Amino acid sequence: MSAEPALLEVEDLVVRYPIHRGLVGSATRRPRRSVHAVEGVSLSLRRGEMLALVGESGCGKTTTAQAVLRLVDPVSGSIRFDGRNLVPLGARELRPLRRRIQVVYQDPYESLDPRFRVRAAVEEPLLIHRLGGSKAERAARVREALVRVELSPPELYLDRYPHELSGGQRQRVAIAAALVLEPEVLVADEPVSMLDVSVRAGVLNVLDGLREQGLAILMITHDLSTAVRFAQRIAVMYLGRIVEEGPAAAVVGNPQHPYTKALLSVVPRRDPRDRTRPQILRGETPDAVAIPSGCRFHPRCPVAIERCSHEDPPLAQPTSAEEGHRAACLLLPSATDS
Amino acid sequence: MSESLLQVEDLHVWFDLEDGGELHAVQGVNLSLDPGERLGLVGESGCGKTTTALAIMGLLPPNASVSGRVLLEGVDILAGGEEAIRPHRWVDVAIVFQGAMNAMNPVRTVGQQIVEALELHNRAKGVKARARTAELLEAVGIPAGRATRYPHELSGGMRQRAAIAMALACNPKVLIADEPTTALDVMVQAQILELLDGLCRDFGLALILVTHDLPVVAQLCNRCAVMYAGEIVERGRLEAIYHTPGHPYSRMLFAASPDLAGLGEPVISIPGAPPRLDRRIEGCPFRPRCDSSFEACTVRPRLEPLAADHDAACHLNTKVPA
Repeated sequence: MSAEPALLEVEDLVVRYPIHRGLVGSATRRPRRSVHAVEGVSLSLRRGEMLALVGESGCGKTTTAQAVLRLVDPVSGSIRFDGRNLVPLGARELRPLRRRIQVVYQDPYESLDPRFRVRAAVEEPLLIHRLGGSKAERAARVREALVRVELSPPELYLDRYPHELSGGQRQRVAIAAALVLEPEVLVADEPVSMLDVSVRAGVLNVLDGLREQGLAILMITHDLSTAVRFAQRIAVMYLGRIVEEGPAAAVVGNPQHPYTKALLSVVPRRDPRDRTRPQILRGETPDAVAIPSGCRFHPRCPVAIERCSHEDPPLAQPTSAEEGHRAACLLLPSATDS
Repeated sequence: MSESLLQVEDLHVWFDLEDGGELHAVQGVNLSLDPGERLGLVGESGCGKTTTALAIMGLLPPNASVSGRVLLEGVDILAGGEEAIRPHRWVDVAIVFQGAMNAMNPVRTVGQQIVEALELHNRAKGVKARARTAELLEAVGIPAGRATRYPHELSGGMRQRAAIAMALACNPKVLIADEPTTALDVMVQAQILELLDGLCRDFGLALILVTHDLPVVAQLCNRCAVMYAGEIVERGRLEAIYHTPGHPYSRMLFAASPDLAGLGEPVISIPGAPPRLDRRIEGCPFRPRCDSSFEACTVRPRLEPLAADHDAACHLNTKVPA
């Protein structure tokens, strides 16, 4: 472990969404149910690090990010940012902290107001947070943010509307609008999945450059080949839990959990000679309302044994993995077992 | 020479714009598809790949005008307008779209919609149509009991399977799949690719896979046509295009797709954006974004053979070394 403490430390996070029973349901006293979106997630993020949260739709990766942004209220657990737990804080106390944790969403076609020119879109966060001083100072910060996302010279872009920009440029504007507040953590929720392949690397390289300058990035993605290129660490989520976590190259090069292995085997390879023999899991991720007992992956797991149906495995470092690489599977002899 | 199953010759599509202008979306596309062949049609958004697919199906919007020929087993289905194409649409050539939800009627069950398709084309009626529907659903991996479900009750993957079942209702010879897995998770994507693979093998279906995702093409197809700015800039066997690309755009497009292997090599982005198709393009349309353009590129290159079954439209291939 490095000496520098984590900038963001999430511990045992639990988020549930209640399901409305409806009038009939509540009259007949049908039991209250909820979607168990996130069930005990722990992760940490350092300055200058990108952590990729990988998983299929519905695995809880976006909910985890929304909890970090305090856009949803966790049921339990803590989210420590720079030493301070965000969970018990109210709106007023959160406000100065929100500036320091910013977000970029998937779809730059929807996240930018079509009536705002680039100048206004990037300046708006400053006005909302009452920052940036005089008009001239704000203009300078807007320019600087545009340069940092490689929209330079900024004069070329300042007076354009979103519809006059390409998808990649729009996403850079969205990043600039987050950067203008000089955040320390950036949550990037599928930042390139709406973009054309030809421009994805450009946007990811911008994020990589910002990370090198010290920004901590939590990237939500379903694309393992992108994650391994740009993230330092990867956490694989399944049904509200992190099932494997570790250095990016280790998770992809030496996967431990059967789910990670299956996920890696279905990633299409671009060399036609590398045609994989995918290990396709049948069915779909189960409903997060009725979570399977024991290891939640056991109904789809190709190697599950009887024990898996009633024992919930903890996240631990297997003997076959390097330091800092952990997986939650009963079949893996753990380094701490002996 | 044996006759291709589907042959597209010098296809052009123009769209009339509201401001009186014209957008030349497809600029002289030539394609051929043999029975059982799987062709990947790849390129960035706006390169004309979906428009090409819609033109083959005769499903272009009213503001489009078309020229060229679409030969299905030697018969031009484009020449006679709607009357000529209707007997072939869905019967010989069928299409599956990206958003399966949008292709389905939300207020009718999946089964009803397939039965309707069968009855409309006089394939089967009543009990027989329902039996055939169950058969089709089983073929795409949907338990026949789900026929009574509405589209919104199915997951994204199941809806895409249902859309494929519907497209297969009349036993087409050619299936066009337009970004069939783009909105899906990788595991579901793998399931759908496996399904398409099986359908091609079991039913001898010829496939045109329209996508921007080269690794998906690499998984499923044996031939590939790369489109840029409304034209095909390279086509041939997929392995040849991957290992010995004849056009810088194909090379850069592969290099822009991150891969699990080869961690050391950088993932590149292609600078700039494709040219506007509502203006005349001078010279090679890729020239402004190309990393190896030279004087000759001010003249628009033509698709020329490089090797057997490998053509590319790039002057570099005929450049005399200095």
